[in-house]
Amino acid sequence: MEQIFTAMGAKYNYVAYIILMMVGLYAMIVKSNLVKKIIGMSIFQTSIILFYVSTAYKTGKTIPIVPYDAHAAVQAADFINPLPHVLMLTAIVVSVATLGVALALAMKIYRQYGTLEEDDIHEDLRSEEGKS
Amino acid sequence: MIRHLPALLVIVPLLTALTVSALSWVAPRLCLPLTFGCIGASLASSIGILVEVIKSGPVVYTMGGWSAPVGIVYVIDYLSAPVLVVVTAVALINLIASSKQIDRDFSDKKGTFYTLYILFVTGMVGIVATGDAFNLYVLLEIAALTGYSLIGIGHERAPLSSLNYLFIGTIGASFYLLGVGYLYIATGSLNMADLARFMAMPEHGTSTMVMFAFIICMTGLFIKMGLFPLHGWLPNAYSYASPASSALVAPLTTKVMIYAMIRVGLYVFTPAYVFGRLQVGGAMVWIAVAAIVFGSLLALAQKSLFKMLTYIVIAEVGYMVGGFFLGNRMGITGSALHIINDAAMTLCLFLAAGAITYRTKSDDFKDLKGLFHQMPFTMTAFTVGALAVIGVPPTCGFFSKWYLIIGGIQAGHYGYAAALIFSSLVNAVLFFRIFETAYFDQPGDGKGHHHGHHKHHKHKNKMVEAPVSMIVPLMITALGLIALGIYTGDIVTHVIQAAIPGGIA
Repeated sequence: MEQIFTAMGAKYNYVAYIILMMVGLYAMIVKSNLVKKIIGMSIFQTSIILFYVSTAYKTGKTIPIVPYDAHAAVQAADFINPLPHVLMLTAIVVSVATLGVALALAMKIYRQYGTLEEDDIHEDLRSEEGKS
Repeated sequence: MIRHLPALLVIVPLLTALTVSALSWVAPRLCLPLTFGCIGASLASSIGILVEVIKSGPVVYTMGGWSAPVGIVYVIDYLSAPVLVVVTAVALINLIASSKQIDRDFSDKKGTFYTLYILFVTGMVGIVATGDAFNLYVLLEIAALTGYSLIGIGHERAPLSSLNYLFIGTIGASFYLLGVGYLYIATGSLNMADLARFMAMPEHGTSTMVMFAFIICMTGLFIKMGLFPLHGWLPNAYSYASPASSALVAPLTTKVMIYAMIRVGLYVFTPAYVFGRLQVGGAMVWIAVAAIVFGSLLALAQKSLFKMLTYIVIAEVGYMVGGFFLGNRMGITGSALHIINDAAMTLCLFLAAGAITYRTKSDDFKDLKGLFHQMPFTMTAFTVGALAVIGVPPTCGFFSKWYLIIGGIQAGHYGYAAALIFSSLVNAVLFFRIFETAYFDQPGDGKGHHHGHHKHHKHKNKMVEAPVSMIVPLMITALGLIALGIYTGDIVTHVIQAAIPGGIA
């Protein structure tokens, strides 16, 4: 048991991303308000961005910019890995686009049903089906 | 020019989408011809690449001249070339068939619709062409986001179903991204060929991290393809969407996701790892069996045409996932062949259903009465599509199912073979039930006042066929199903056998 806690302490970035991910998933599954679900989705996506960026970090190393007056060969081990950051720039763009599409759909749903509560919408749909 | 085709396949539609979007403000009449030209050009270049690949082997394109592990490469090989042709052909046929529908349903949003349409095709083509694991994620999201929009642009319950699809789809894509992240930590590479090289090293073959990456990547793709029990989003999204969108999204999304699964399984994690070390095959085939059985049974419970078709799609996903995880040459051949065949079959059925709803405004089974007399051409094409799904020779559905069943028996997985036969029987019941209603019942039956006062039998059976622009593509698709069946031998020996890496018995 103690070993597990030490391991978790040493790799707390993974614990943090898993917690964030579960928060997001919880909101997406449990919440009935569509905007809250969308917020959950955003948290979920952000947790993965955090995961990527945190894996790039090296303790005590610096940002990957080669000094102007550097003459020795550049050692990759001396710098934080820039690639995950670059990948996450793309992922952030993707998550912003997802958020945009989700909010647009939510607006359309609100105009249609006059509510964003999923339970109310389903009740609405059921009564409609009953009528027809 | 030919050398740059793999890149142009993605770049040309991407730029055309922007142009169409801008044109919709100044000259909306030009949107359709431009979209048509763009997708037609994509189809022509995919066929060109396919011929090139058959003649002289896989084509590798390095983006911006940056070579493999550092830069992003596009790889068109024996597996991706035929899928590229299928994607662009489905998009083109559906575009012609749906132009009337788009005019009617989205007259004020035509430009937007065509923009989304081209972007969706861009994403799909990109997923198929790319040789980079992260690039695949980005293109997956381009295709998915436009897919949500294409579904959500519809009326009534479409936006709600689309939003639910968006939630689930985002979880799926994020899982894939997470898996790629772990793979990157383990190997330090994102290039597929490079990753496969790393997988051959013993330290990666036994690593828990790589196993976790495999599981989470595959789970993501399973969510995206709607594998039972992760299929919850699929039926509503595809049945409430406008037929113009669903006939594009339904045949392509699930099939391209299965392509991605085969690509990641065979060319990233390598068969030696997936089938040899992990031994997940048996369990996955049982999940596929469950997908086939439940998909078929749920299809039987539906009361409307589109809903029924969506559950058939779920069962078909089970076919292909099961075929792949059988892990033998026959099974994977059947699975890859079924990507092509099932895309064509699904397109045929969705186009026919779209033509029916275009005229009758309803896809409820009780409104299909007498349709054989009213829409003979549509129903003929529908029948061909139905026979293909059931698996009657010489339609293409028979041949891929044959490979899958033989694969199941060779692997000693009789449950899978039995599930395929069971599903064929259920499909026969499903479609013959529709044929019976559509052929023998009269439109007036049981509906009372609508047609009751028409005493003359002839009047009831007046032909109200869908417009020619719908019928011709539909007929081409139906003939394509038979042609694909007849040329199965050539497709398998010249293309698909070469796509399966050696070492798979």
